[in-house]
Amino acid sequence: MSLTLSASVIVQGVLTGLVYGLMALGLSVIFGIVRVVNFAHGEFAVLAMYIAYLLFFWLKLDPFLAALPIAALFFGVGYLLQRALINSFVARAEHDQFILMVGLAIVLVNGCLMIFGPEARHAELSYSLDSWLAGPLIIDAVRVYAAIGSLVVALMLLAFFRLTDTGTAIRACADNRLAAAIVGLDTRRLYALTFGLGLACVGAAGAMQTAIIDPNPSLAPGMTLLAFTVVIVGGLGSLIGALFAGILIGVAEALSSLVMAPSMKSLASFAVLVLVLVLRPQGLFGKGG
Amino acid sequence: MSRSGPHFGAARVDRRTLLLAGTTLSLATLAAPPATRAQAKSLRVASLLPRSGFLAPAGQSCHRGALAAQALLTDLGHAIEIVHIDTESNVETARTQAERAINEGAQALVGPFESGAALAIAQVCEQRKVPFIVNIAAAPQLTEQGYQFLVRNFQTGGQLVANGLKLIASLLDAQKLSYQSAVFLHANDTFGTAQRGAMDALFPKANLPFKLLDSIAYDPRAQDLSVEVTRLRSLSPDIVMVVTRAGDAVKLVRDMVRQRFEPKAIISPGSPGLYDEEFFQTLGPLSDFMIYNVPWVNPKSAMTSALEKAFAKANPSNRFAVDCLNAGFTFEAFLIAADAFKRAGTSNGPELMAAIRASNITEHVMTGGPITFDAKGQNPNIASVSVQNIKRTPTVVLPADIATTAPVMPMPGWQGRS
Amino acid sequence: MHPTLHRLLGQLDRRQRLAFLGLVGALILGPAFLDRYLMSIMILVFWYAAVGQAWNIMMGFCGQLSLGHCLYSGIGGYVAALLWVNYGIPPWLAAVPAMGIACACGIVIGWLAFRYDIGGVYFALLTIAFAEMARIAFDNWAGGGGAAGLFIPLIPAADAGLWTLSGGPLQFYYLMLGLAITSFVAAAALRASRLGHEWLAIREEPEAARALGIDIYRAKLAAIIVSAAITSLAGVFYAFYQRNLFPSDAFDVSRSIIMIMGPIVGGLGTLMGPVIGALILTPLGQILIALTERLVGHAVPGASLLAYGALLMVIISTNANGVWPGLSRRLGLAPRALR
Repeated sequence: MSLTLSASVIVQGVLTGLVYGLMALGLSVIFGIVRVVNFAHGEFAVLAMYIAYLLFFWLKLDPFLAALPIAALFFGVGYLLQRALINSFVARAEHDQFILMVGLAIVLVNGCLMIFGPEARHAELSYSLDSWLAGPLIIDAVRVYAAIGSLVVALMLLAFFRLTDTGTAIRACADNRLAAAIVGLDTRRLYALTFGLGLACVGAAGAMQTAIIDPNPSLAPGMTLLAFTVVIVGGLGSLIGALFAGILIGVAEALSSLVMAPSMKSLASFAVLVLVLVLRPQGLFGKGG
Repeated sequence: MSRSGPHFGAARVDRRTLLLAGTTLSLATLAAPPATRAQAKSLRVASLLPRSGFLAPAGQSCHRGALAAQALLTDLGHAIEIVHIDTESNVETARTQAERAINEGAQALVGPFESGAALAIAQVCEQRKVPFIVNIAAAPQLTEQGYQFLVRNFQTGGQLVANGLKLIASLLDAQKLSYQSAVFLHANDTFGTAQRGAMDALFPKANLPFKLLDSIAYDPRAQDLSVEVTRLRSLSPDIVMVVTRAGDAVKLVRDMVRQRFEPKAIISPGSPGLYDEEFFQTLGPLSDFMIYNVPWVNPKSAMTSALEKAFAKANPSNRFAVDCLNAGFTFEAFLIAADAFKRAGTSNGPELMAAIRASNITEHVMTGGPITFDAKGQNPNIASVSVQNIKRTPTVVLPADIATTAPVMPMPGWQGRS
Repeated sequence: MHPTLHRLLGQLDRRQRLAFLGLVGALILGPAFLDRYLMSIMILVFWYAAVGQAWNIMMGFCGQLSLGHCLYSGIGGYVAALLWVNYGIPPWLAAVPAMGIACACGIVIGWLAFRYDIGGVYFALLTIAFAEMARIAFDNWAGGGGAAGLFIPLIPAADAGLWTLSGGPLQFYYLMLGLAITSFVAAAALRASRLGHEWLAIREEPEAARALGIDIYRAKLAAIIVSAAITSLAGVFYAFYQRNLFPSDAFDVSRSIIMIMGPIVGGLGTLMGPVIGALILTPLGQILIALTERLVGHAVPGASLLAYGALLMVIISTNANGVWPGLSRRLGLAPRALR
């Protein structure tokens, strides 16, 4: 196995990993802070991808720009969804939330199937097949853009949670819901805000993914599973952790597909998950056990 | 409820306990009243296809053929009534819906695009003595297990690969090309793994003029195939042999373009993926020059042009040229049923089945000889041809007697295509 | 009558006993009234009631959320099918090693999880991870057929029988009904046992349970073993019913999800929950297929599944603890053991 081959595989693993991280950011907020087991995560992302596709199809709007309006739209959807439906489930058991979200997921997948048909849709960007040569390495342009996008989204979220009063209140609420209510925080509003924020992330990430992956209805379950893996490995509620976990899993998969059949590469991501659960259940960047 | 009434009503409390079960079951009965089994003037055939769920793209493509089949077969003077049922890409649903179809009077079943559902339906048909005509499903086991009420008008995985490899040799021969090496890249799913097994068994004996450097299996659920292409690129073969589905074929080509890997030929020894509408729509000019060796509609057959017209009428927004394998085999399955019904003059299961097994249909749409079935229920006369994407349209390029144009080899580079 | 069964029935009041025996009697007489389509649905109902009960033991009684139960049914099916296809060992005998291997998998998962105190969603993810790893392993293991699938050959009707699990719908109707009743009785007996009380204590107050001297690790491990054993036996029956196995189907997350929907919708932790859940959800999917076909024709694939998802949301939103608790109150069957 040559050094160049290993190096280019690692570079690809890092870029793919950052896309994995991007996929997981929204779940990191919703599951990590509101503690809603959002098993419709992938379905929401696919919905965002379809909207980005439509905006490109109708208005020639670049998916990386479409991320902004879609994030705004998804914030509204998330806020309303939380207030109208999910809030009554926050205090209910995880398995009830789970069934609610599975029902929602089935509705979203089949809604997409009915509207868009089963074939994948493609936003034909002028730069979608660009790549750069860096010595013997080849680097894909869109994956680099998506990686930058995921860093930007993560930094914005981080700034919001650290620097604004609302963000601090949300973190307090996540740490101790009862205490937050006692000191007079409006937890219902905060949860709705956070769910909206999480869904806005899913929307932005989904839009940006459209540059790399063609949306189709059966894409979602795999994305949901991957996002949960990334969030758990990274640590609940840790955005940096999610990005780091994405990279770790991306590189592990890439390297494992060099040494064994690539069809077995997702074995690597589940092996990482099991190791982290057993050795450091709070996740790599999670707050102590 | 009327039939279950006396029994469920044995005790008052009992009845109330069963309220829910009783209601749901009686609703199911209401939704599915058993049809009268009188000797019909026309044959009622159920089309069982995965039109939602994971296999929806292929299932809907087959369904378009079923829609065309109803119109064309009626035009051809066959008395056939097709009922359409969605199996939801789910083996359990395929089985229960097969039972329902027969309850509602279906006298033959056609479907279901995949091997798992095919076996589930086969058992129902075997027990109820109703003919089952497999339109598409490649697992060799289907016709190896002694099912009396099943026939398959499609090649097995082994036949696809054997014919596919022969055609690769013919292509190189016809173009006077001497390629040295190949890599076999396949999706690790039901179909891809069966093809891999056939490849492992057949390639060493096929005496091809090039070496097989490696066989690489990839996960069709993977988000991208960049690492697979990197591995491929480091081996730098002349020919890339692929077994794909539409979604991952697109990922594969994109990553090849990004990594500037240009093999001399990309050839499928018998698989979907390279001719689906999704492939053409998403890749545009990059979809051109791919070759696949599969059974295809015979462009020189009169019935093919009739089917093409019926297809266009039933599905105005779809191209027959890309749907024709799925639609063609689905149409032929109904043709087999209708033809047998005409000869047998009865829809009685065993008699109809005997007529189906005795089929000898010379005029049909897919490439190869007449439609007949061997003792196992397999049609041995289906022929593969080489089809190449030229200007976003699948075009038969070999064998010469039915080809509409000559193959383009080696494949032009990715850049500068139009 | 078996003493345990006798004791269990003794806990019911007259009304409940009548209802329970009436239900069992109705189901036993079912084939006399049901056509083949309805029987094929009931076969699935019984199967989901059985695996739902098995999952209920682990989650409903002991509070351990497994989202990877397809691992046990898949292993059960694969082991029995491989032993039959390769060595001609009949499924009734092969069920022993099948259950043994499935239980061993359960022990490994339980050992990892419970020793390190992994619970809740973390435990759920761990179980998904193992099921997915099994899927990938079987997908790539040529000896088990790989992704191309494992096929159980047809046995001619003349030689078909119960011993080889190769009969018709009537055989599988009673087989699956027997399985559902067995798992129900097992669950009832376990719940009434000392172990069952330990499980409930662990579910409600793990710290208090520890203080009471309950060996939590051992009790949880017992739950996973019992659950894996029943689920894998169900997997054996299922494999011989469908007569083919594909890793992408047998070990798919969606299979685990369908398994657990029944008990949650029916009423988690109740004995009747998994039964009621299976009786609602399996026919619901079938009814919606036929109904949407009538209402919107065949032009809109996905409509029936969409309606299914929406109804699932409605049911779970309006029934906080599942359907059975409310339903049993309305039917006057609420108190004590059948709760």
